[in-house]
Amino acid sequence: MAAPMSDAAKPSAERLSFNTTSFQKKTRTKLISIPGSRPSVQNGQLLVSTGVTSLDYLLGGGLAVGTVLLIEEDRYDSYSRMILKYFLAEGVVCQHELFVSAAQDNPDDILQELPAPILDDVAVHTPVEQPRLSCEAQESLDAMKIAWRYQNLPKVQSALASSSRFGHYYDVSKTMEPDIRQTAKCHRFYLPEHPAQASPTHSAMLESYSALLKSLQEVICKEGFGISKSRNILRIGLHSLGSALWGDDLCCYDNPKNGHALTTFLYGLRALLRSSLAVAVVTVPSHLIQDRALMGSITRLCDNAIALESFKGSERETNPLYKDYHGLLHVRQVPHLNCLANKLPDHKDLAFKLKRKQFSIEVCFRGYSAHLSFLHKQNTVFSGCALLLNSHNTHSPNNTHQPRLHTENCTF
Amino acid sequence: MFTELNSILNIAPDSITQGEFILVSDRQSDASFLIHHFLSLFLRARCRVLFLSLVQSFNHYSAVSQRLGVSLAQAKEKGQLVFLEGLKESLSVLIPQETDAATLSPLSVVRDPAVGLRSLYEFVQFRVSSSGEGRTGAEEWGPPVLLVDDLSVLLSLGVCAGATLDFSHYCRALVCSQLQGNVVMLTRCDGDQEEDEGNNEGPERLLKGLTHLCSLSLHVQGLPTGFCRDIHGQVEVCWRRRRGNGQHMQKKLFQYKVHDKGASFFARGTSSAVL
Repeated sequence: MAAPMSDAAKPSAERLSFNTTSFQKKTRTKLISIPGSRPSVQNGQLLVSTGVTSLDYLLGGGLAVGTVLLIEEDRYDSYSRMILKYFLAEGVVCQHELFVSAAQDNPDDILQELPAPILDDVAVHTPVEQPRLSCEAQESLDAMKIAWRYQNLPKVQSALASSSRFGHYYDVSKTMEPDIRQTAKCHRFYLPEHPAQASPTHSAMLESYSALLKSLQEVICKEGFGISKSRNILRIGLHSLGSALWGDDLCCYDNPKNGHALTTFLYGLRALLRSSLAVAVVTVPSHLIQDRALMGSITRLCDNAIALESFKGSERETNPLYKDYHGLLHVRQVPHLNCLANKLPDHKDLAFKLKRKQFSIEVCFRGYSAHLSFLHKQNTVFSGCALLLNSHNTHSPNNTHQPRLHTENCTF
Repeated sequence: MFTELNSILNIAPDSITQGEFILVSDRQSDASFLIHHFLSLFLRARCRVLFLSLVQSFNHYSAVSQRLGVSLAQAKEKGQLVFLEGLKESLSVLIPQETDAATLSPLSVVRDPAVGLRSLYEFVQFRVSSSGEGRTGAEEWGPPVLLVDDLSVLLSLGVCAGATLDFSHYCRALVCSQLQGNVVMLTRCDGDQEEDEGNNEGPERLLKGLTHLCSLSLHVQGLPTGFCRDIHGQVEVCWRRRRGNGQHMQKKLFQYKVHDKGASFFARGTSSAVL
């Protein structure tokens, strides 16, 4: 983080200028300031929040605009769907535009399940109440004897102020209010509504993916998300690409015939995003894909990639080592755009837990303390046996047997 | 340009060996930092560079080259660098508009993978042979260099490994033998080496074919002992054909760490974090 100090002399395009001094560096490119985004401290790229603050930290501060985040789904698609909903909910709170596509569920259903944001205030209702309560408010304000310095501050903040923060928290037990949700413009792509048309090209891409790519490009062009003229960010959520419902046999066979349909689509998606102010989150049921090399090429075509492995239904659910967590999270890839080195997270053992107000991702210490307690129990069993042996063995009065047995058990 | 790598490879901007086919490959790692090195090296050596960028945009290379001390925008203006933005070209092919009917894009292979890479080769041929001739007031540039970042993405688009190998062979014949220039290609692999691939297609076959074709190969891998924060991986440098010094291969293994402004290479076990 001390690097910018040494390069202060070089006017390079990517350096930020913090407004703490009157000295303003001349930057060749104007920094776009859009609500809900912030420039990265490492390379000046525009970042948006994924809606999960711990995931933002893992990805290096946030999701860079123009990139794709690949989420390898867990077995029952519960937590990957949750992260997708967090991502879309963050878009609503930051007043970005949304694009949701799904083959199985109607995108409207996904949008109705978005979690409710935890705002700092009850701002939606008080602007109506405040004039009526003004006489009582005066008395209650006058009644501030201790916190009298806060008398003149406004009683509530507006909802806009809270959306200027980067990263919000959501309450999973409640769904987002319809009036908050409808403030954001949303585009939908529901596959059954787009009947298969014969495509003029013989590309490796399937018609379903072609239709989706075309629809995405239309939205980007019509709503003006191209880099030169855009003032807002488009958040794209693509649910369960590669599943059999898209007409893709990637998840069905070991040697699929359409092995390159999804990769060609991802290539086209990358090309679209690099030239527009949009960011995409794609979930793929990777546990159904048998070909590891194909999964590798899918990962490489996306910029960020994480994999979720939930403990539900597996024997790890009852394992005392993992009792605090809901699953493991693997960071497969972190991009290094506009710079040479990438910042992989230091720890490889990450586990997640979905709490009511937070999706937390922590380093999972693989239970050395649990190991020790387990072995200690074994110790007591063995030492008990040694005691019995010793009691039978009256010729050996020395108690050195017992400690020796202890130390043998302790070496692991 | 990484100075330590230059001393390892015995290359300097003022003494470039000509007619080399350099293969940069990686397995479960990322060797793209070497492409930035070769790009800045050949631009500093005043060669004519043709860059086929199939996976990243121009701004990415421009930003990194800025840190390495070379300006891509300036090189493009002067005519030293010809940059093909694969992403932009293929987008116009993947989503066909009604207006462009007869234009044959260099990446029309994306429209129909069975056609092969002929149009891409013709683009390379046209740009490498003709640029630098007949331009009034153009500066004299050195031998041509072809850089391809990332050849294996063509396999993801449905092109078969055989067609990709043919393309690289044609490029080598044109640039290395005919024009005495250099070729640098990056290819990426994902699986373990011990896995036996039943089918002959795929990145393994491409890697084997290119390794046979090249004269210098740099293979980047992760450390066999696991992830380490201070040592990002190992590079195996292999000289396949040495002129005049005998025909045997020479291999050397180094470990590397990528910084913000370059990369440092050191012999195994001599990382500054360890010593």
